[in-house]
Amino acid sequence: MHRYFLVLLACPALVAAEPARLKYNRDVRPILNEKCFHCHGTDASHRKGELRLDLREEAMKPADSGDIALVPGSPENSQLIARVELPHDDDDVMPPAKDGKPLTAEEKTILRRWIDEGAEYEGHWAFLKPERAPVPKIANPALPINNEIDAFITDRLIKEGLQPSPEADRATLLRRVTLDLTGLPPTIEEIAAFEKDTTPNAYEKVVDRLLKSEHYGERMAMQWLDFARFADSHGFQTDSSRAMWPWRDWVIQAFNDNKPFDQFTLEQIGGDLLPNARRDQIVATGFNRNHRLNGEGGIIAEEWRIENIIDRVETTSFTWLGLTLNCCRCHDHKYDPLSQKDFYSFFAFFNNVPESGTIQGNSNRSGGNSAPVVTVPNADQEKKLAQLRKAVETAKAVVTEKQLQLPNLVTNWEAEMEKPGGGKIQMWQVLPLSSAKSSGGASLTRQPDESWIASGTNPNSDTYTLTSPVTKGSFTGLLLEAMPDESLPNQSLGRAPNGNFVLSGIEAEISAPTLKKPVKISFGRAEADYSQKGYDVKLLLDKDPKNGWAIDGNDPKKRVVRKAMFLANKAVDVPAGATLTVRLIHQAKFAQHNIGRFRLSKTDAEPALASLDGNGDPPAAILAILKTPPENRNPKQNSELEKYYRANIESPLRDADFALVAAKEDLEKYENSLPSVMVMQEGPVRDAFVLNRGEYDKPGEKVTMATPAVLPPMPKDAPMNRLGLAKWIVDPANPLTARVWVNRAWEKFFGYGISKSTDNLGTQSEYPVHPELLDWLATEFVRRGWDMKVMQKLIVMSATYRQSSRQTPELIEKDPENRLLARGPRFRLTGEVVRDQALAIGGLLVSKIGGPSVRPYMPEGVWDETSKYGDLRGYKPDTGDALYRRSFYTIWKRTAAPPTMLLFDAPTREICTVKRSRTNTPLQALSLLNEVTFVEAARGLAQQMMQQGGRTPEQRITYGFKRATGRDIEPAALKQLTAGLTKRIADFRAKPEDAGALITQGASKADAALDATELAAYTTTASVLLNLDRVVTRD
Amino acid sequence: MNSPALQLQDRLNRRIFLKNSTAAIGATALASLLQQEASAASPRRVFPNFAPKAKRIIYLFQSGAPSQMDLFDPKPQMEKHRAEDLPASIRQGQRLTTMTSGQKSFPVAPSIFKFAQHGRSGIWLSELLPHLSTVADELCVVRSMFTEAINHDPAITFCQTGSQLAGRPSIGAWLSYGLGSVNRDLPAYVVMTSFGTGRANDQPLYDRLWGSGFLPTQHQGVRFRNSGDPVLYLSDPAGISRPMRREMLDEIAALNQRDFEAFGDPETSTRISQYEMAFRMQMSVPDLIDVSKEPKHVLESYGPDVTKPGTYAANCLLARRLAERDVRCIQLFHMGWDHHGGLPKAIQGQCSDTDQPTAALIKDLKQRGMLDDTLIVWGGEFGRTIYSQGTLTETNYGRDHHPRCYSIFMAGGGVKKGTTYGETDDYSYNIVRDPVHVHDLNATLMHLLGINHERLNYKFQGLDMRLTGIAGNLVKGIVA
Repeated sequence: MHRYFLVLLACPALVAAEPARLKYNRDVRPILNEKCFHCHGTDASHRKGELRLDLREEAMKPADSGDIALVPGSPENSQLIARVELPHDDDDVMPPAKDGKPLTAEEKTILRRWIDEGAEYEGHWAFLKPERAPVPKIANPALPINNEIDAFITDRLIKEGLQPSPEADRATLLRRVTLDLTGLPPTIEEIAAFEKDTTPNAYEKVVDRLLKSEHYGERMAMQWLDFARFADSHGFQTDSSRAMWPWRDWVIQAFNDNKPFDQFTLEQIGGDLLPNARRDQIVATGFNRNHRLNGEGGIIAEEWRIENIIDRVETTSFTWLGLTLNCCRCHDHKYDPLSQKDFYSFFAFFNNVPESGTIQGNSNRSGGNSAPVVTVPNADQEKKLAQLRKAVETAKAVVTEKQLQLPNLVTNWEAEMEKPGGGKIQMWQVLPLSSAKSSGGASLTRQPDESWIASGTNPNSDTYTLTSPVTKGSFTGLLLEAMPDESLPNQSLGRAPNGNFVLSGIEAEISAPTLKKPVKISFGRAEADYSQKGYDVKLLLDKDPKNGWAIDGNDPKKRVVRKAMFLANKAVDVPAGATLTVRLIHQAKFAQHNIGRFRLSKTDAEPALASLDGNGDPPAAILAILKTPPENRNPKQNSELEKYYRANIESPLRDADFALVAAKEDLEKYENSLPSVMVMQEGPVRDAFVLNRGEYDKPGEKVTMATPAVLPPMPKDAPMNRLGLAKWIVDPANPLTARVWVNRAWEKFFGYGISKSTDNLGTQSEYPVHPELLDWLATEFVRRGWDMKVMQKLIVMSATYRQSSRQTPELIEKDPENRLLARGPRFRLTGEVVRDQALAIGGLLVSKIGGPSVRPYMPEGVWDETSKYGDLRGYKPDTGDALYRRSFYTIWKRTAAPPTMLLFDAPTREICTVKRSRTNTPLQALSLLNEVTFVEAARGLAQQMMQQGGRTPEQRITYGFKRATGRDIEPAALKQLTAGLTKRIADFRAKPEDAGALITQGASKADAALDATELAAYTTTASVLLNLDRVVTRD
Repeated sequence: MNSPALQLQDRLNRRIFLKNSTAAIGATALASLLQQEASAASPRRVFPNFAPKAKRIIYLFQSGAPSQMDLFDPKPQMEKHRAEDLPASIRQGQRLTTMTSGQKSFPVAPSIFKFAQHGRSGIWLSELLPHLSTVADELCVVRSMFTEAINHDPAITFCQTGSQLAGRPSIGAWLSYGLGSVNRDLPAYVVMTSFGTGRANDQPLYDRLWGSGFLPTQHQGVRFRNSGDPVLYLSDPAGISRPMRREMLDEIAALNQRDFEAFGDPETSTRISQYEMAFRMQMSVPDLIDVSKEPKHVLESYGPDVTKPGTYAANCLLARRLAERDVRCIQLFHMGWDHHGGLPKAIQGQCSDTDQPTAALIKDLKQRGMLDDTLIVWGGEFGRTIYSQGTLTETNYGRDHHPRCYSIFMAGGGVKKGTTYGETDDYSYNIVRDPVHVHDLNATLMHLLGINHERLNYKFQGLDMRLTGIAGNLVKGIVA
């Protein structure tokens, strides 16, 4: 794209009388790259006619035909010139007509001249070590030169015959630098203070104040979140929630602490591998866990593990190196000297995370972080954690102490066993039911022995729902006792007229405040002391809802207590405060066969040991040991006996064991309730392969960790792991990292990078418009210890940055994108800043830093119109402060991102985005005019105008204008706005209900002391102000 | 805006713009600027590349993947193989999702629905599609579609953007970028969504499906919402009347105009015109969605759901009204076609949602003389397996995902009517004739709209990106 630019601006050689030598990187490479290298470049598989033009020696070799593509000094003998200069309809013309990329006349001229001048090649500029050119000397003392930036820029302007613009007025400058460094507008007080400050370093004082503001870190973090594809959801089909905000807060803090960029890099890429890594350094590695995670049913985990790693490779290379390494996933790079092997060698660095690749279990539907994670407690939570850890230690100590008594306890128990009936275990504990309900309207009444009797209505099929508190520990089974009773037909056990019952199903579940959902008990075994023929108790557990257990209740001889027990497949953990719910279901084909009187008990005994009478003997193996005289027992037998005793017999030791389990559970539960963040971890090294066509199941050549061959090697002392990779990235020998950073910093402050392609500094990048300045800045960044604030201060202190942004037709004609910077930069604010500014101007902004993401107003149904999956549904705005936090704290669901942010060019955060578009659309206008946030902010501004602006409409409008734009209002504008306001005051007087409706928009309340009709009219004028071009633009 | 052509053109536009603006801008000049601005961000000097067959597209996306052998691809001979295991010679080691890869057997599940030939063309359609059967002669059924993805999210992303992974522009964004808008009051790309009754909770959709990827965000699809304002923030806040809104806009425009004259930034002028367009949208969208003046027989033709906002039927009628207003790309997404189990019942629900409104839309456009220049596409993201997922009974079965073949149909502008294209094997498992890749379909859709898909590209990260990646061939057999 810069060819046009070069022709117009950068290469006066072509139009001026005095021709300068062409530069390969600036003038020639872009042409070859765009038009020739696709077939005659690095990619062997696409190479045509065995000709390479990217290497001078290759291009100078004779072809089989004897033709030579490139004969330095002799365009006439160069086949390259012969072929490109053929008529466009000639079959042999290059590039081939079917490519649709013909060379322009200018391009042909350049190629001819370049060969004529000797056809010198250069390596790709961004892959060469930055060279520090001498800073130009500007002779004219009238030109403001604040620092080296101005020297380079002004030197170029002079060569182009341009003049720098004068410095912007103070109000504009203050607003510009305040928005750039904090993303918030200056306050009225800040404007007044700056306008009053006549000291020579007044501006510098402002800059220093802003760089120290905690909002600086927020402003810088905003863009980093786009790079890191940060979000509060997993992306993909279900798009359930995750919590990565502790990582986001780390980023804000790192910027505010001015962590040097090399350290910032080391910690995010390899913080976990730093020696004695601190928790915050591990949290930093969340950068590479911000990628999406898929949990769609039917996916193959390995495929998605590979996708995650590929995402890390792409994101890391875009973010730090400005390289499109992603192009090498399937094949060698078409333009850059990067191979597919380079890609998978880079991949190998990220391949050893102990991760599944998909979202596991609950996290898919109900959200949650996926291992590896670290918990991130705050100070209070740390305290509580310490208490809980101490409780575990204490419980352990008790166990250790009681354990010493174990042999004695066993001996005593054995003595007990000798006595008649001794040693038996009372395994069933009667449940004290707290409620019992009949689905069919029967009355259930508690009896003194904790049994229940049904009376009243006797429906055809009844279900009894019974609940009981249940003690913490374990649950293994239920005992149901059906009892005869006087009140029942035939004084039998059932409610059927003949006295029988058929129980067709039993269900049980445990719920507790700490459980997300109730745990269903799955019964694997059922036994009864009696079952009627054809109605075995085991049928209760089969799938047919009609089968069931009956007890011949019609037979007078069989009207006695019957017991049935139901044992769980495995022991279920019962948390503290749990409730057991049991349902006795009667759905057999016989009507009214409901149980008449029953009692429920539970057990925590080993299912294998359970017996109906509950006075179980120890199992045979243990009895055998007991029969062996103690002196004849071997150590294994002793240990088994002790083990049995410890687990099954009530004793102080068993109590201590239970207490320890409980303490551990409390700790674990609390740890799980703490915020956590997904992080990187290094597991065992996995083999890595070149993947043919980039497909996970087509491994080719095996590869190991290595950095791309075209770039300098890893530093000698760097370990061969992610940390080593990070060290390589910030090694001063790496030609890309510092350039990428300063180029993007330039873009942030000037609207375009010095090379416009801030997303790609590979060979397809734009040749920098100020190559010497870019290199000077890159070397300066390293020389200053990668100090980001120092570099930003350098930029904003420059006279170049401080120029007025006024445009003239001449300047637009000559340099429409303002790349040469003969004027100050002017562009629209990002979506986040547009909203933050409105909240600030409206006096609504809550400037708390960090914490979990918040839910401001969003349109009705924002999450629900396109999905019924996952836990991010039914969006409801928060209340109070959370409505007015800075926009980048807004919860971000990737598949349905905050709509206003999308309208203002935010990416969806599904992948790394290093560059946003900057559009100007009607939908943005609708949002600024009508969205409740902006209407509420307008009312907030209106209120300040009325309360603080003065008494007359003119004074108040002047105040509001200053608050919104940072500047004084021009008389004509004041007149216009006053006329509009006056008319609308009258309009609202005529329709007070409209006024009432307008000023009640949003959750905050209007000041009741203000006249509603006036406030409404001022609200409309404030809305006009908030919609002005100069308000949504920083100029 | 990275494309050189675009850059240059944008610059040219701005120069013209400036010349105009040195004089005071009158209403006429402003109007002409507005028109110019409508095209400022699109390479319209280049596109269309040739006379388009269709001026607009209505793409009826059936999300979740409709079963081809129950709707369009009859395999009566399968009855003989009922419950037999799918032969290895047919499966050919095909990769399966982990939903069925653990199944012990893959019992062939013949469709329980009857097929018949319809119209003069004799196109075979299932009894599930009685209304579409009445317009069979307008249809071009493609039975030989195939794709590369096997899970919903990547597959639907692939159909819409030409890549399984997020980040690329959607087909509508490409069309908006390439062809611009022919309408001064409405966006170039409008999207509407509806839930199905076949499987009411499936499958979710994602913003990216109509996103602009790396193209400027003004090309992203504008999703008409089913609750609240159809277009976000369309309504004035309570208490602001239309005349008052107009006054406020005039104040904004006047102040912006002063700034433009003082500071000379063309973006300021663009903003003035965008506020005007916003106002026009406020005026025109309510009229667009107000179907109360539609004749009764038209409403009835779309079926009983047509008056329920957010249903597929209501969206079909809106699609026609958008087409009448020259919206370039109209896309409906109807969810609920993912029938892993209980397919016979679920697919009946889906067909009762879509069959009548789709047929009505075709007839309605035809009756208005608009079918010839409106391209209609109906289809999902992949096909389904002939073997049953889960237990096969006489009346019930389910089908897993199947990327190797599926059916879609097209109608209208430039499409060969009354045609069945492509053929699958006896098991509707592999394509045996005329395969059509997703990229081929997209290349063909663009062709019908006057675009050579190889020429509509955009420079991103140093590469010329396009909808069809580095592939895609025009399918001549379906072009009239």
